[in-house]
Amino acid sequence: MDFLRPAGWAEALAAKAEHPAAVPIAGGTDLMVEINFDHRRPERLLDLNRVAELQEWEVGADTVRLGASVPYARIVAELGGALPGLARAAHTVASPQIRNRGGVGGNLGTASPAGDAHPALLAAGAEVEAESVRGSRRIPVDEFFTGVKRNALAPDELIKWVHIKRATGPQEFAKVGTRNAMVIAVCAFGIALHPDTRTVRTGIGSAAPTPVRAAAAEEFLAAALAEGGFWDSGRALPPALAGQFAELAAGACNPVDDVRGSARYRRHAVGVMARRTLGWTWESYRRGAAGSTSGEGAA
Amino acid sequence: MRVTFTVNGREQQADDVWEGESLLYVLRERMGLPGSKNACEQGECGSCTVRLDGVPVCACLVAAGQAEGREVVTVEGLGQEGLSAVQQAFVDAGAVQCGFCTPGLLVAADDLLERFPWPTAPSDDDIREGLSGNLCRCTGYEKILDAVRLAAARRGEGA
Ligand SMILES: Cc1cc2nc3c(=O)[nH]c(=O)nc-3n(C[C@H](O)[C@H](O)[C@H](O)COP(=O)(O)OP(=O)(O)OC[C@H]3O[C@@H](n4cnc5c(N)ncnc54)[C@H](O)[C@@H]3O)c2cc1C
Repeated sequence: MDFLRPAGWAEALAAKAEHPAAVPIAGGTDLMVEINFDHRRPERLLDLNRVAELQEWEVGADTVRLGASVPYARIVAELGGALPGLARAAHTVASPQIRNRGGVGGNLGTASPAGDAHPALLAAGAEVEAESVRGSRRIPVDEFFTGVKRNALAPDELIKWVHIKRATGPQEFAKVGTRNAMVIAVCAFGIALHPDTRTVRTGIGSAAPTPVRAAAAEEFLAAALAEGGFWDSGRALPPALAGQFAELAAGACNPVDDVRGSARYRRHAVGVMARRTLGWTWESYRRGAAGSTSGEGAA
Repeated sequence: MRVTFTVNGREQQADDVWEGESLLYVLRERMGLPGSKNACEQGECGSCTVRLDGVPVCACLVAAGQAEGREVVTVEGLGQEGLSAVQQAFVDAGAVQCGFCTPGLLVAADDLLERFPWPTAPSDDDIREGLSGNLCRCTGYEKILDAVRLAAARRGEGA
C-alpha cells in the first residue's frame, strides 16, 4: 500500500490524475471501518487532511460554498443560520467524535442511500463541484447519486466544494432510528420551503436505492400553495393538503426490507415525517411571515 | 512508512507502519500507550477516544499517516502528575466498573468540561450528548453522569 499526502489542492489533483485508483481519505469515518475489517484494501490512500481549502467555507449572498472536508461539528456550530436543514441533519450523524472528523464530501463520496447530508442537500438545492486536472464541473446534487453507493464522479475527480443554496425559509430534517445517537437512518426526510421562488423541495433518505426527491409531492404542494394563496395569506394548511403531500412523498419511495426496517414501514414512516416536517416548517413560515422575515430558520 | 507526531507533549516516532494502519494501533502496539482501548474498530464505542490537535476523535478511524506532524493527547496525558480532576471524580463517584470504556469516557468528559468553562456547567442533556459516542456495558451510565457533574461542580472549589 502507498500513502499519498498532498500538501495542497493542485498536488492532490495531480496525484489523483496519476493514480486514478487511489482512494481519497478525509475524515476516514467510512473508509477506515472498511480497512479495519478488511472489506477494502486499496493500493493507495490519498490523504486530503492537509488540503486547507477543503476545510473552509464561505457564506455568500445566495449560496454557501462548503469545503468537502468541513466536519459536521463545524456545520452544526456555525452554519445553522444559512443552512438550517443541513445543520440539523449533521447534528443527527453518529456521535461527537465522528462529527469532529466526518463531513459532507465523505458522505457524498460514499453515496450511501442512508447518508444524512443527502436529503438536506436535495431539499436545499445544491451543486457538487468536482475537479480534476482536466478542469472543474458542477454536478446538480439531484444527478449526483447514480446507484446504491455510486456517484457521478470520474476516476480522476475529487470533490472540492458543495455549493448549497442559502435558506430563504424554514427547513427541517427528520430521521427514524432506534436511538438519538449513533444511528444509521431507517429512513429520513428533509424539507425546505423556498418562499423566494414559492417552491418546496424535499429529500428522502434510506427509502430507495439512492437518495431521492419526492418530485410529485413537491409539484402538488407548489400548485396547491399557489392556488390557495397560502404564501401571501400565511394561512394554516388544511390537513387534507398535508395528507396528500404525505401520501405522494410515501409514493416516491422504493424501499427494501432489511435488518433496519421493512419496506412497508419505511414507506409509512416517510409519509409521517413528510406530514410532520411540512407542519413544522409551515408553522415557522407563518410566524416569520407575520413578524419580520426569520433569518435563523429552524435550527 | 515512518510516522512522527507529538503524543502527550513528546515527539514520538514509529517505523514500519503499514499504510492502512490506524492511529490507535500505532499508539497501542508501537508506542507503548495501551490506555486507549481497542474494542469495536468501527467508531461505535468510543473507547479509543483521543484528542487530535485538541479535538476528540476515534483513534481507530484515523489513518496513522494522517497524524503525521500533529498533536495527539491520549488518556495517559490527562493526569501528568497524579490524577486529573475528571479522573478523580470518576474514582470518587464510583463511575468505573470493568474499566474498559473509562479511558475514552475520560477524554470525552475532559473535552466536554473544557467546552463549558466554569462558571457555566453542562446540563444533563449536554452531558448525555457529550458522552453519546462512548458506550459502557457495565454501569448503566448513572455513576458516569454523576462523575461528570461532580467534576463540573468541583471546578468552583479550588478557585
Ligand atoms: C460509528 C459511525 C456512525 C455513523 N453514523 C452516520 C450517520 O448517522 N449518518 C451518516 O450519514 N453517516 C454516518 N456514518 C458514516 C460517515 O461518518 C459519513 O458518511 C461521513 O460523512 C464520511 O465522511 P468522512 O470524511 O469521514 O469520509 P471518508 O471515510 O474519509 O471517505 C468516505 C468516502 O468518500 C470518499 N471521499 C472523501 N472525500 C472525498 C473528496 N473530497 N472527493 C472525492 N471523494 C471523497 C472516500 O474516498 C471514501 O470513498 C457513521 C460512521 C461511523 C463510523
